[in-house]
Amino acid sequence: MAKSRTSLRSGLETADLPRPPKSLGGLSREALLDFLKEMLLSRRFEEAAEEAYAIGKIGGFCHLYIGQEAVGVGAIRAIRPDDYVITAYREHAQAINKGISPRAVMAELFGRSTGCSGGKGGSMHLFDASVNFMGGYAIVGGHVPLAAGFGWAIKYRGEDRVCLCFLGDAAVNQGSFHETLNMAAVWKLPVVYVVENNEYGMGTAYARVSTLPIFERACSYDIPSTAVDGQDVVAVHTAVREYAERARRGEGPSLIEARTYRYKGHSMSDPVHGVYRSKEEVEDRMSHADPIVLLRSRMEAVGLIDQATMDALDNEVRAVVADAVKFADASPVADPSQLYTHVYHSLDVHGRLFLDRMNRSAAKVSEGVGRGVGGGEARGGVGANRKDS
Amino acid sequence: MRELTYREALSEAMAEEMERDESVFLMGEEVGVYNGAYKVSRGFLDRFGPQRVVDTPISEAGFAGIGIGAAMVGLRPIIEFMTFNFAILALDQILNTAAKTYYMSGGQIPIPIVFRGPTGAALQLAAQHSQAVETQYTHSPGIKVVTPGTPADAKGLLKAAIRDDDPVVVLEGELLYNVKGEVPEGEHIVPLGVAEVKREGSDVSIITHGKMVHVALQAAARLAKDQISAEVLDLRSLRPLDVDAILTTVAKTNRVVYLEEGWPLAGVGAEIVNIIQEEAFDELDAPVLRVTQADVPMPYAKNLEQLAKPSAQRVVDACNRVLYR
Repeated sequence: MAKSRTSLRSGLETADLPRPPKSLGGLSREALLDFLKEMLLSRRFEEAAEEAYAIGKIGGFCHLYIGQEAVGVGAIRAIRPDDYVITAYREHAQAINKGISPRAVMAELFGRSTGCSGGKGGSMHLFDASVNFMGGYAIVGGHVPLAAGFGWAIKYRGEDRVCLCFLGDAAVNQGSFHETLNMAAVWKLPVVYVVENNEYGMGTAYARVSTLPIFERACSYDIPSTAVDGQDVVAVHTAVREYAERARRGEGPSLIEARTYRYKGHSMSDPVHGVYRSKEEVEDRMSHADPIVLLRSRMEAVGLIDQATMDALDNEVRAVVADAVKFADASPVADPSQLYTHVYHSLDVHGRLFLDRMNRSAAKVSEGVGRGVGGGEARGGVGANRKDS
Repeated sequence: MRELTYREALSEAMAEEMERDESVFLMGEEVGVYNGAYKVSRGFLDRFGPQRVVDTPISEAGFAGIGIGAAMVGLRPIIEFMTFNFAILALDQILNTAAKTYYMSGGQIPIPIVFRGPTGAALQLAAQHSQAVETQYTHSPGIKVVTPGTPADAKGLLKAAIRDDDPVVVLEGELLYNVKGEVPEGEHIVPLGVAEVKREGSDVSIITHGKMVHVALQAAARLAKDQISAEVLDLRSLRPLDVDAILTTVAKTNRVVYLEEGWPLAGVGAEIVNIIQEEAFDELDAPVLRVTQADVPMPYAKNLEQLAKPSAQRVVDACNRVLYR
């Protein structure tokens, strides 16, 4: 039975989900304070990135996570350190949530050699394989099969790990999403897909280009799914924990639609409101559905936090962020010799790998390195630079 | 020396590497129960089991991406495309993910994966099933590309590709699967980036790759009847590219024809011609000519298809032109 546009629209609003839930998920005060602190860190980090972008320290595209912090924190806190996380391009905070230092993330945004991707990735391509953060990707939906590939490898090796894959609402209209969900279901791959529905794919409201709520898409592939209030960190955490455990038991993939909201524009070059959403809408969400305010107020209501503790947390994360900015700003830019490294891992002894004249001499140098150490020099990548916090 | 078909050589390469390394597995359409669309994986399902010989739905972008993901965390997938015409659906995965992730991650995540299957035209399969796709892959840094034209090269290059830590595209020829040739017993590996002179000659060089090696050899045989000694250089590997071998044959004959199955604009031959004019200009006694597919989608009609494909006669004509005969 087709739903009308009106009912779909209302079905997508976070306001329709119960809030606040009656419990705090059975979580300890320590766990909740950790959530709160991590969300604060995420927010303050992005505010600092916004400032750095405004003065030209960060270039290119820069997509801020402000407003969506509960999804990253709630989901990543629900899995183990040895589980994989893979995501799209609004991933600064998620990278930090998974364990990359704010210093290495900020340095990457600044395009410095100390960045978590050696300055080669930038805002949209943060990586740290040592903490199983397997990257940010900038083709909408393109990373969805990679997550299934990690799941495939986990199953192939008989491990009990899982892969957590974040994607945006717009990605569910890509073919790669549907192809992958089908195969993940057929092969029972241990992947939890968390769709961050912030209601807009750039400037296009999900409901304008779709006929069903996101979580119902999973029904086509017999994948269990649910919609949760993505502004409620406890709700996200509970849902991801349940589905991750299910995946760990070998029962296959699942999908969570986390209904959230982005406070800023799609990227730094995009207005916050105006063309595709109203100022009133943005202000309403910010004042009624802020994930940090929600958790704090619920903790206050049951006496788990006071103003002094809140201030202390905020001061602590502000100091971490200030340190990250200072570190990034003081870090060296990438060495010009890095232009041609990490294109290939096996540098063949024979033949020319790079066809431009500029690299004619660089290729010879690289081949020399490849011969000397059996082509293995790059295996650790920039990891050695990353132990900086 | 023993003879194998091109199909058997590929099959032997995969089987040996799967025996040697448990992280190698084969995934693609019809590779298991059906024994492979072109029977390259005949018997593999029984031999290696469904975990390592994986039938997929028709979802090229999806299973290419799943293979890439598996490679990112240390497995060594062989992704078979029934033909590279269908791999066009997976170009985002191959070019945006496989080719770039090692670089974007600052060298943290190598992607040891092989994408293999037939490229180019067969017989009267019409436009969507008859195209040589070499350019699409050689164009992108981060990818390696090999084009075996003989059974021995098929085995040796595929084994080298599987052992390589980078994404390697292995472009086979649909019409080559039944071609027989000598293949050495035992461990036979052809390193990437090493061209081979398939026929020695001194008057003109026909440089080519892949299936066109056979057309070049036919042309060279015809030229020999006119007392023209044509050298046939098979690049075998398009990236890395054996530039030294190209320059050597140019210096030897001073006259070059590039033969390829693809279209001319920005084709492989265009780059080869550029290298020659840039690095061996003084060696040339004539402009370099190219023989390519006609610059049209492949027609179905048999006579039109024959006109569209590069032929030995067109190669002979081109050789005569660079010899000013």
